[in-house]
Amino acid sequence: MQGFLDIFDIYLLEAVVNGILLGGVLALLALGLNLIFGVIDVTWICYAELVMIGMYGMYYMVQVFGLPYWVAAPIAIMLVAALGALLHYIVIAPLLTAPPINQLLATGGVLFILQSFATVAFGIDFRNLGIRLPVLAIGDMHFSYSRLLAFIAALLGMLAVYFFMTRTYTGTAIRAISQDRQIMSLMGVDTKRIYLITSALGGALAGLAACLLVLQYDVHPFVGLSFGPITFLICVLGGLGNFVGGFIAAFVFAEIISLGGLFSDLEWGYVLAFAFFIVMMFIRPAGLLARRS
Amino acid sequence: MLELKSVDAGYGTFQALFGTNLEVKAGEAVGVIGPNGAGKTTLMRVISGLIRPSRGTIAMEGRDVVATPAHRIVDLGIAHVPENRRLFPRLTVDDNLKMGAYMPGARAKYAERLEFVFDLFPRMKERRSQMAGTLSGGEQQMCAIGRALMSDPKLLLLDEPSAGLAPVVVQQVFELVKRIRAGGLTVLIVEQNVQQVLRVVDRAYLLEAGTIRASGTSEEMMKTDTIKQAYLGV
Amino acid sequence: MNFRHAAWGIGLAALIALPFVYRDPYHLHILVLILIWSFAYTAWSIMGRFGLVSLGHGGFMGVGAYVTALLWNHLDVSPWIGIPVSMVAAGILALVVAYPCFRFRITGHYFVLVTLALSGIVLQVITATRDYTGGSLGYTPNRARSGSGLMALQFDDKTTWYLIALAVWVLGLLMWRWVDRSMSRYAMEAISEDEDAAAAAGVNVTAEKLKITLISALMTALAGALYCQYQMFISPDTVSGIAVSLQMVFAAIVGGLYVSLGPTVGAIITILLAEVLRIGFGTKAVGWDNLVYGLLLVIFIIFLPKGILGSVLDRLKTQPKPSGTK
Repeated sequence: MQGFLDIFDIYLLEAVVNGILLGGVLALLALGLNLIFGVIDVTWICYAELVMIGMYGMYYMVQVFGLPYWVAAPIAIMLVAALGALLHYIVIAPLLTAPPINQLLATGGVLFILQSFATVAFGIDFRNLGIRLPVLAIGDMHFSYSRLLAFIAALLGMLAVYFFMTRTYTGTAIRAISQDRQIMSLMGVDTKRIYLITSALGGALAGLAACLLVLQYDVHPFVGLSFGPITFLICVLGGLGNFVGGFIAAFVFAEIISLGGLFSDLEWGYVLAFAFFIVMMFIRPAGLLARRS
Repeated sequence: MLELKSVDAGYGTFQALFGTNLEVKAGEAVGVIGPNGAGKTTLMRVISGLIRPSRGTIAMEGRDVVATPAHRIVDLGIAHVPENRRLFPRLTVDDNLKMGAYMPGARAKYAERLEFVFDLFPRMKERRSQMAGTLSGGEQQMCAIGRALMSDPKLLLLDEPSAGLAPVVVQQVFELVKRIRAGGLTVLIVEQNVQQVLRVVDRAYLLEAGTIRASGTSEEMMKTDTIKQAYLGV
Repeated sequence: MNFRHAAWGIGLAALIALPFVYRDPYHLHILVLILIWSFAYTAWSIMGRFGLVSLGHGGFMGVGAYVTALLWNHLDVSPWIGIPVSMVAAGILALVVAYPCFRFRITGHYFVLVTLALSGIVLQVITATRDYTGGSLGYTPNRARSGSGLMALQFDDKTTWYLIALAVWVLGLLMWRWVDRSMSRYAMEAISEDEDAAAAAGVNVTAEKLKITLISALMTALAGALYCQYQMFISPDTVSGIAVSLQMVFAAIVGGLYVSLGPTVGAIITILLAEVLRIGFGTKAVGWDNLVYGLLLVIFIIFLPKGILGSVLDRLKTQPKPSGTK
């Protein structure tokens, strides 16, 4: 009996740590979505599909063209950033004055396009980089280096965004624009340009997430469906556009998924997370950190 | 410096300005007075590009304002302190001031301008890391003027700087306007507080129902019967 | 008005008579699919037209299809009981998610994202319970022992299915019309304009929204169950998940949200499109149909947000009447 409990505790601790590691990447995705929502007032429901394209980019560069991972990653980030800017330019910009729901649904159309583009262009096979990073053993616990790396890189990415947002003129304008859109031109700010930069930045974050996720998961055209919905729940719970709330909610959800997955399949972790979300809506309908207009 | 010729402007089908002619010379302080809804704010907005005139020309030092994209008008040397101040409430005072220096030309002079603004408003230096939304009304007005001054403008547009402020604070604001003027800045100020504004400006225009009804030096304006009766309560 | 009634009557009679004079099984098959999906799209637009944009309907449809099939295969429960049970299950799911949303004013983006997550989660559950549902490989209801086709709601004959689908489709239109004529419509329109004003005017905002959502979810579950019974094969991708939800939105928007036949027009266009692409590209069609869907959806939202039928009707209304002057 004692032995059983020991093992259980170790698994539990391992799951808790793995949850934290997963939280890093989810927080990265939530930050990207929140950034776009905060500035442009639109939700890209195809956000996880941008990540999927980034993962394919990594796959092709590393597996097919034989580029080293470290060379491929910045290219993939730039590729998805460009995709984000393009998405804004082609789809969102013409709809800026339309009802917000139309913008959102249009990105739903883009979700279809990206998924089926991937199906047509890359096929439905599961693919991976073929890079297997070693596993770190601490006592009886095992953590994969890929998760550790993902966690650290995600934190660094968020830190970079933080500095960009607080130290640069463009970053300050990004924070200002959601508070008073009309007078931005009095400051000499071209809002169209800020929208485009924000979209590219949101894309870049998706690209970074892609570089990190492709180390842990196989890529296929529908891979976005396995972490897209959870990212949306995180953003709603944290309060759309609320960076701190999204950050905290990401770790809360990651823990639920990780601990839920301890007892059975990972999918049940998602179900638990959704159930938790519904309960939270009753308890704190305004989000984790209430500040919502 | 600034010249408006027969400018029409409005919102949608509603026209607020009818054939407005107005001139501000370099180094002058000019006031625009008139009742609520006369089109004073529209006048300010049309100069700074927040709305576009449907007819007429606006020139700043000979350059065409109407043809300049709205976000480039700051570069012509026009800074607009909007009605109700319109600070970014959840940004710090520092960040608000930084937004005022957003244009590339102003960024280079950021440190110098910041010192200038802090000299003018020492209070802002004390409050620099406070959220602008938590400032008092008078402090917010200082911050808004400071933000406009960060761009090192040649012409400062002030829209109702005394609105919503306590009488004592109103006095302070007009003192500030005097000091800003003394520094050589050209000022165009829109006010309902006619008595106060006429003491600060060199010349004034009377705007009623979107039309300039009268203009002259402050002394002339103070002596005009209609103004005396309607606005000065004499 | 009489002319309209007559037109409806003649149209309906023609539709009923059709399978008795025209028996091409492939064309009937397409018609059945169009009718079932029209019903589902109509169900979606019953709430969508009031600005309650749900991307959770893939979830309701999945519940309808899988609960019915699972009850039949594992517990020998006839679909005649299984379908109502699955509808109740979908209804409960809808209430559990929608109640906190409406009660706490979760609207707009928030509502879309919550419902989007719902359909994602239903898909995850179906995949996770692969020991029962077959997971992503799909699921087939057991064949009924010969002679008990009626009990099992399984018919090999296309005409029967055509008539069932037609009846359900008409039911959907009647529901649409009923909501359109009811007080709920005015309440819902007031709510979609301004929730606070509606509440101040005495509208029970939460109750009205829940009512509409419940009707819509129940109908969608029925559509899912019928689809399963007809196709005798379901997979998570075809009856649940975000893609199915988006497909409903797409069809409703392409056809037109605010006219009763709009979703039907949407279904005709989307299904014919999918078939044309399938025939044109053969097995390479995988993905192409959705690619075209996606492109059309984006183009429609940007250029024709009222949908094809809606825009055509608008055009007819605003067109100057043929002048009576000589």
